[in-house]
This record gives sequence, structure tokens and C-alpha cells, in this order.
Amino acid sequence: MEEVILEIKDLKTYFYSDKSVVPAVNGIDLLVRKGETLGIVGESGCGKSVTCLSILRLIPDPPGKIVGGQILFKGEDLLAKTEAEMRAVRGNSISMIFQEPMTSLNPVFTVGDQLSEAIRLHQGVAKKEAKQKAIDMLKQVGVPAPEQRAREYPHQLSGGMRQRVMIAMAISCNPDLLLADEPTTALDVTIQAQILEMMRDLKDRLGMAIILITHDMGVVAEMADQILVMYAGKAVECATVKTIYKNPMHPYTVGLLDSIPRMDVDVEKLHVIEGVLPDLSNMPEACCFEPRCPDARSICSQKEPDLEQVGDSLVRCWKYCPEWRQ
Amino acid sequence: MADIKSFVKFFKNPLSVIGALIISALVMAAIFAPVLATHPPNEIVMADKLAQPSPAHYFGTDEMGRDIYSRIVYGSRISLQVGMQVVGIAISIGVFTGAVSGYYGGWIDEIIMRITDMFLAFPSMILAMAIAAALGPSLSNAVIASSITWWPWYTRMVRSQILALREAEFVEAARASGNTMFGVIIKYILPNCLSPLIVQATMDVGFAIQLTAGLSFIGLGAQPPTADWGSMLSTGRKYMLTHWWYVTFPGLFIFLVVLGFNLLGDGLRDHLDPKLKNTA
Repeated sequence: MEEVILEIKDLKTYFYSDKSVVPAVNGIDLLVRKGETLGIVGESGCGKSVTCLSILRLIPDPPGKIVGGQILFKGEDLLAKTEAEMRAVRGNSISMIFQEPMTSLNPVFTVGDQLSEAIRLHQGVAKKEAKQKAIDMLKQVGVPAPEQRAREYPHQLSGGMRQRVMIAMAISCNPDLLLADEPTTALDVTIQAQILEMMRDLKDRLGMAIILITHDMGVVAEMADQILVMYAGKAVECATVKTIYKNPMHPYTVGLLDSIPRMDVDVEKLHVIEGVLPDLSNMPEACCFEPRCPDARSICSQKEPDLEQVGDSLVRCWKYCPEWRQ
Repeated sequence: MADIKSFVKFFKNPLSVIGALIISALVMAAIFAPVLATHPPNEIVMADKLAQPSPAHYFGTDEMGRDIYSRIVYGSRISLQVGMQVVGIAISIGVFTGAVSGYYGGWIDEIIMRITDMFLAFPSMILAMAIAAALGPSLSNAVIASSITWWPWYTRMVRSQILALREAEFVEAARASGNTMFGVIIKYILPNCLSPLIVQATMDVGFAIQLTAGLSFIGLGAQPPTADWGSMLSTGRKYMLTHWWYVTFPGLFIFLVVLGFNLLGDGLRDHLDPKLKNTA
């Protein structure tokens, strides 16, 4: 088994407003090994991005706060670090790619300046050397004519190019862990494929671990080794890609997989999971998916199930508990 | 290449050209004052007092026979200097307080904003008068007084810019790559609020000249015999009905310079703000 890069134990990140508390992430456990890709899937607002931002301790405080749990990065608890220590981690050993390549670059500096800036920030190399390294990085992420591109401003590049630049920036310090928050959502499909291909290639070459956040089941199937399905701030299913696609257990996972449009079957209407996410600030003491679940029984609205080992997967559902049959 | 193109484009607008011409003429006058002036600005020739405009005295002379044209030329130095100083001081205070206020938020923001509210609650002329009077009448005190009434505008502007930018993804990305708070403000936030700041500052130089001229007019700014446009207006007031040239020329130049800075500022805004580019 490869070395464990990141282990999260019972992470809880809450957001506080005047009237209520929103548990955006409510007890997540996960584990990522070196060279492995973990896909986190779930619909908008289920806590995927908050999990990522919690790892970097970038939750805006107030209103947000990490109220419990442990984030062990190579054995060290990130939650116990000071702000200065965290800055040395951010962008250096853990880096992040954001969803919107169009707005994630500083519009007033050239791409080359921004890249060498990131390199200088953590590696303390000379300006000239950093510039050269910036061009090398652009070449590595497949930007054509990197010398010329380095002199251009973000608005002169297309979305795909900008995302490449963001990735170049993220990997410029050889991070051990890359957090990719929906890196391809804003791109069109052909560019998506190229970017994913490149990320996979970089991962193999640099041996880093990736946490990939997405709501595109197709993208995780391509990229991930492990999948964590989140719903309303909690993990509802966790297993390897193969297991999940072959044998999805939680009704929510089943719903997600059924919602993928299929080329080979002619259907009138696409499958949808009825209903919306429950109000996070007002959660019942029951299974949070119960109101939308096609299989719900009376027990589901009475008690919350635990995350249990069933076969090769971890599932949070009454269906797989002995109580179900009563 | 792009810079030359945008330079050319800026001068396609005739109003910006007029503004730029007025301002460059002012700067030239200030630099080459000794060459352009026909007489020493403070030379008293009682024999020539209150002479009409003539080839010997382009704009006539004042009650002590000083050449008004030469005094206006030398006065451009004071006006320019005063305008720059007031805006410079106001920007330094405003950018700092605005950045702190906008980025940190919370109680510190609350305190700074309430202080600016207090300053903005007074008409700027009244407040400047009160401060200048309290400090004692002199040109540098007039500059200080004007700056003190001016900085809250910059604080508010910078703060609102920062509030918008603080949530921008590239700022979050900058933090995620390990920048310090200070580094984020200096490298990511301030450069992005530069263009509204430049526009505002350009226009404000004109208004600052006007405000300090106003203070000089009521005797709280430059003291005689300094060749200052505002104080020339003030002493010329007595002769307004009998000797029209005395007040007309200093007044005209204050008007032209304020107009010039406004036109230039407007031109810069149309040029720098892409949102307004096609609507104006």
C-alpha cells in the first residue's frame, strides 16, 4: 500500500448566521494515498467545495468555522497549525485549482508574472530562474508557444488555456496533493477531455494525489480510483470506482448513475432525482435523503443510519441493515 | 503595440485632447515660468498701477503695478503643486484606510466608516475653512485642510472596490497559493482598483485647486505677496467694477484648469473603464 497523504477524520464545518447554523460539512471521513485520485461527487450545495476549502483552512471566518475533526496531512494535523505555517502549505505541498478559469487569474498581470510569482513565493529562486521555470511549466501543461503566452494577459487567453495556466500554477511547486474543484465544469467538452488527460498524465509523472470535485459522473469514472458520494454534508457512500459503477448501493448513488444520459438507449425523458436538497439548517434526526428516496420506509424517517461496511462499500442506508426487514 | 494603439484611441476623443492640452500647457507654464513671464512676479512699479492690458502688460497690472500675466504664470506653479499635494495626501490616507476597512471588515471597518461619515457630513468648504482657520492662515495649512476634507472620498471608493474584489476568485486563488494578507492586498487587490483611482485623482486635482483657491480667496490660504490665483482674485474683488482685468484673468485661469482636469478625467474614465466605453 502506498503512503497515506491525507486523512480526514470526522470533519465538521459549520456556517453561522444570525438565526441558524448550517452544517455544510457534517462529519466527513476520507483517506487519500499517494498517486491516488479521490472523486467527491454530489449535487450543488452538498458540501464538496467546503470540504476542499476546509483542507486549506480557507473557510471565510466569520461566518464559517471548522468546529470539529482532524485533517491529517502526512501525519500532521492541519487544524493545529498557525496561519503562517498554513501559508507555507498552501500552494506548496497542497494546491488548488478553481472552477472558474475565467476569473481565477489576476487580470492586471501577465500570465508569466503570475506563474513566476507563485514559484518565487515558495521556492525562493531568483527572478530570472523563476521566469524560465514558468515557461517550462507552461510547456508541461501543453500551452503552445509558451514564451509568447507568458507575456500575455489573462484576457488574451481562451478558457482552456487559462485553466492550463491555473494547473501549471498549481503544480509549479510539486505539490503532494492537488485539490481540483470542478476543474472542467466551465469548459466545453473537447477541452474537458484534454484537460483531464493532462491532469492524469501529470499525476502519473509527479506522483501526486488528487481530490477531484465534480458533479459529472462521467468525469469521475474517467479519473478517480475512489469515489466519495456526498449528500447534505455527509458521506452516503464510499467505494472504488469499479464497485460503485458495478454495484451502486445507496439509492442516491443509484439515482445519480441513472441520471447519466445514455447513448445506447432511446428514452423520451431523462431520469431525475425528484425534489431538492433539504434545508441544511433544519435537518431532521433521520436519513437526510428520506424525502427524496424511492425506497423509503418508516424506519428511514425515524432514525439516521450509520456509515456501514457492506460488501466492498461503505454505505449510509437502512436498506443494508438488519432493521430493514422488520 | 497595444499601448500605442490605446494611446491613439484616447486622443480620438476631442474633449480629452482639449483637457490634455490645457493640462500640459499648465505644466509647461509651471516649469518654464521664468522664461514665459515678462516681469518678476512681485516687482512693484507704482507708476504703472492698475494699467490696462497692453503689449507691455498682457493682462494689465494690479494696484501695486505688478504684472498680472507674470503673476498668473508663476501662480500656475502654486496651483499645480497644491492640487498634487492635496490629492497625494488624500490618496495616501484614503487608500490605506480604505484597504484596511474593506479587507478586514468587522469592527475596524465600522470605526473607519463612521469617521468618514463624520467628515462627509460637513460641506467640504466649511470643514476646510474651519480646519484652515484653526491651523492658522498659510498655504501649507490650506493644503492640509483640503486634504483632510478629501481623504474620506478615497477611503469609500477604495473600500467599495475592495469589497467587490475580495470575493473574486483570483483573490481566493492567491490565498490558496500561500500569499499573506498584505501580499494579496498589494499584488492582487490594489492594482485592480487603480483605474477608478486614477480617474478620480485626475478630476480631483482640479477640484483641489478650486478648493484651495477658495481658501486663499477668504484669506485662509496663500498670503500676500505670493502670486496665488485665489488671493489675486480676493484682492482684485475691490477693483472688479472699475478695473475688469484684475479679477477676470485669475478667475479665467482657475476655470480653465479645473475644466482641463475634468475633461482629462472624463476622457480617462471612458478610456479605462471598459463598462462605459461604448455607452458614453
